[in-house]
Amino acid sequence: MRFQSKRGCIWIWIFSSWLTLAAPSLAAQTAEAHEDVLTTAGDVGQRGGHLVVSLHSDPKTLNPVNAVDSYSKQTIGLLFADLIHINPYTEHSDAALAKSWKTSSDGKHYTLELRRGIRFSDGYPFNAEDVMFSFKVYLDEKVHSPQRDLLEVQGKPIQVRKLGPYRVEFDLPEPYAAAERLFDSVRILPRHLLQPAYEEGKISQVWGMGTHPSEVAGLGPFRLKQYVPGQQIVLERNPYYWKADSSGNRLPYLDEIAFLIVPTEDAEVIRFEAGDIDVISRIGADNYEALARDRHAAAYQLQDLGPGLEYDFLFFNLNSVDPQKAPEIQRKQAWFRKPEFRQAVSAAIDRDAIVRLVYQRRATPVWDQVTPGNKMWLNAAVPHPPRSLDRATGLLRSVGFCRRPDGVLVDARGQPVAFSILTNPSNVQRTKMATLIQDDLSQLGMQVHLVPLEFQAVMARVFDSYDYEAAVLGLVSGDADPNPEINVWTTGGGTHLWALTDKEPTTDWQTEIDHLMRTQTAMLNHQERKRAYDRVQELVAQFDPVICVVSPHVLVGAKNAVGGFKPAVMGDYVLWNADQLFWRPNVAASR
Amino acid sequence: MIRNKKLWVSAGALVLFQVPVVGASFFAPYDPAAQNRDVPSSPPTSVHFADWRGRFHLRPFVCRWVGDTNSSGFPSSHEDCSKTSSLRFFVHNQTAYNRQVLKSSRHLFGTDGTEKLFLLGTDEYGRDQFSRLLYGGQTSLGAGFLATGLSLGLGLVFGCIAGYLGSWVDDVVMRTAELFMALPWIYLLFMVRAFLPLNLEARQAFLLLIGVIGITGWARPSRLIRGVVLSVKERAYVLAARGFGVSHVSLIRRHILPEAYSVVLTQSALLIPQYILAEVTFSFLGLGVGEPQPSWGNMLANLQSYYVLKAHWWMFSPGLVLLPVFFLFYSLADSLQRRVQIIDLVN
Repeated sequence: MRFQSKRGCIWIWIFSSWLTLAAPSLAAQTAEAHEDVLTTAGDVGQRGGHLVVSLHSDPKTLNPVNAVDSYSKQTIGLLFADLIHINPYTEHSDAALAKSWKTSSDGKHYTLELRRGIRFSDGYPFNAEDVMFSFKVYLDEKVHSPQRDLLEVQGKPIQVRKLGPYRVEFDLPEPYAAAERLFDSVRILPRHLLQPAYEEGKISQVWGMGTHPSEVAGLGPFRLKQYVPGQQIVLERNPYYWKADSSGNRLPYLDEIAFLIVPTEDAEVIRFEAGDIDVISRIGADNYEALARDRHAAAYQLQDLGPGLEYDFLFFNLNSVDPQKAPEIQRKQAWFRKPEFRQAVSAAIDRDAIVRLVYQRRATPVWDQVTPGNKMWLNAAVPHPPRSLDRATGLLRSVGFCRRPDGVLVDARGQPVAFSILTNPSNVQRTKMATLIQDDLSQLGMQVHLVPLEFQAVMARVFDSYDYEAAVLGLVSGDADPNPEINVWTTGGGTHLWALTDKEPTTDWQTEIDHLMRTQTAMLNHQERKRAYDRVQELVAQFDPVICVVSPHVLVGAKNAVGGFKPAVMGDYVLWNADQLFWRPNVAASR
Repeated sequence: MIRNKKLWVSAGALVLFQVPVVGASFFAPYDPAAQNRDVPSSPPTSVHFADWRGRFHLRPFVCRWVGDTNSSGFPSSHEDCSKTSSLRFFVHNQTAYNRQVLKSSRHLFGTDGTEKLFLLGTDEYGRDQFSRLLYGGQTSLGAGFLATGLSLGLGLVFGCIAGYLGSWVDDVVMRTAELFMALPWIYLLFMVRAFLPLNLEARQAFLLLIGVIGITGWARPSRLIRGVVLSVKERAYVLAARGFGVSHVSLIRRHILPEAYSVVLTQSALLIPQYILAEVTFSFLGLGVGEPQPSWGNMLANLQSYYVLKAHWWMFSPGLVLLPVFFLFYSLADSLQRRVQIIDLVN
């Protein structure tokens, strides 16, 4: 009997060991009945293989709480999941960890129903406690998470309440249009792993790049497998992922995704052409042409997705500067503050030439901040005046500028109009754009000097010292909705680039923009919001606080054998549906 | 004799090389800053003798270059020989470019119509690469010559002081020289640029560049000159002159410096290409003269793009010009060095 029970114990031990080892692989095949799995539409792919993509630099952290650089965010996007996700392809809100949500009639309360029976990548179950913990961390002022700003409405943080093990309610201080979009990219954290660190006040210090893969767990399609500094990050399939294809197969299809660290775009393009990299995004127009020449022989596809949400612009320094420290800038601000001066500059810029010469026709000219890529919010009525030096000259004359016999433009006091434009040489397109603008403005008699500075130096002058006259920069929004843009367009916003020192609006048009941007956030009717934001676009195009020039097209590529490749114009252009990418059979075997 | 011949061939070839650069306003057909936005990145213009009907023309002509897009939406360009312009020598054409060393409204060659002859093609803004090469040479070679002059001038002064006075003065000068030799030039220029106002004229940027290259480069020639002075000041005729009460300044000027001239000459032939390369490096990195003024360095900066490397072979021209320039300067330095050694042996 004793022998039998010992033998029984051995069998139980063998069975439980097998269960422990085999459970992830069993879970990997198909979703279990009690799981609230999200079934996706699209091609049914084949399991297996690994995909190689590239990053220009090592991520700084794997911690969603304090990640700010794009490389960390890109990696984190595959390791973690959010409650409601903005679909980059449709630009609409999709259910994610919250399988459904209800909005109260006053627009101030959101009740989210969470998925049941799903697990983190380490096999630990997910429930409302994880959501409560995550929002507690993000909203904690001591943590200094960048997400906190996004979770504030009219300057007040949103409140979260647990209504059940799989139900939570979010209370907003004011009605907030499209509030469900606030939850996008707010990654849900594993309470079972991070609570001790949070209680010790060390939440920002966990999950650095030296963390062992077994200590990191999320709800994303992949989990960390290996990180070799300066070389690569390898992610492996999360066997507990909560999405399945239309045949019931658990996603993702790929066994691994490897991010190679390739420091420059040119090197990235060469390695893509050589077949070392399988999918490539953010290709410059020149490199796109270089790849296009050999695309048939090299068996890869290239896609020009048209204008994205990014726009490049020229802007003048309208900050209040110390006349003792920067008398020259202050003197020139007398020109820059005149709308007619900015309008003349805008009229003189040959946007078509920039599209043709800088972007090889793979960009679209723009006159305001909403690009044609943002179909939902584009105001088609904003005028697109063609380049006109006559109109520019007329505008300048109307405010006292005239040309000397030697062709130099002078102001009413006879001072020659000369100013500098900051450029960042590491962005070849913007530097070329500045060179063309320099030539365009020389035709008005303006003397423009280009000042190439490192990106960090440009940022320091624009955001901290205000020691510049004009600069060429680009902005890209993570969302098509105007709400995240409020920081750019309202006075006092953290990205109100041209006048960061202003606490109150100094012009009527800026007052109107402030009012429209603030009121549209509380409008629950889409048409009313659209009308308000249309007017903002008209004001930007009319008064040129920033002179919008072009929106570069989103240019991407992938090997023909990559299935499920469905690039989008926002978010992570090519990996937003990494869980649905797969290798078509004949090539997957080679990987 | 053979050595002499090599020296004169190198020197002659260098002078010949400088002529079109110094006389760029005559040899270059167009304004190097003028953008022809209809013909960006076009290859060197073909010169034709036969028209589309096959008829031969004694006077060569060029066809219109048309920028176009192919069916896939990719840029493609072609010649349209229904519009042509004949080539002419000594054409009269006033360019607007105001940074010329020698001004000339007459150019060695050009066309008599609206179609242009781009001998080395155009850059991405449609600017004539040949004109930019010649005017860019003024910047790059000019920086090399002027920075060498500054370096050798400083080197001569400090080398003489250190060698002649010796003692603690020698120590101070030589330790300072070692410090300068250890300075990283590029970071120094970054630092200097950060302290200067943003609105630097092209001329000011050029002078700044020469200043930084010249001032940081005085250490090596000064050490060599110090060595010569240390050796010469102990020679019998110098000691005799000193015994007769010749002043220090006269002693250095009349008896010591002439012995250092051959070293200075050899050093100049070595330093000029080094400083040309320094200017090219700075401008390549965007720290030298700014757009639209050309320099061989900022012209080569286009080659950082993979697309240009792959598809626009004519953009290599500044790099190809640098090769013979460096070869000729080093050949000249070698000949001068051997000549100096022969003179030393004879003495």
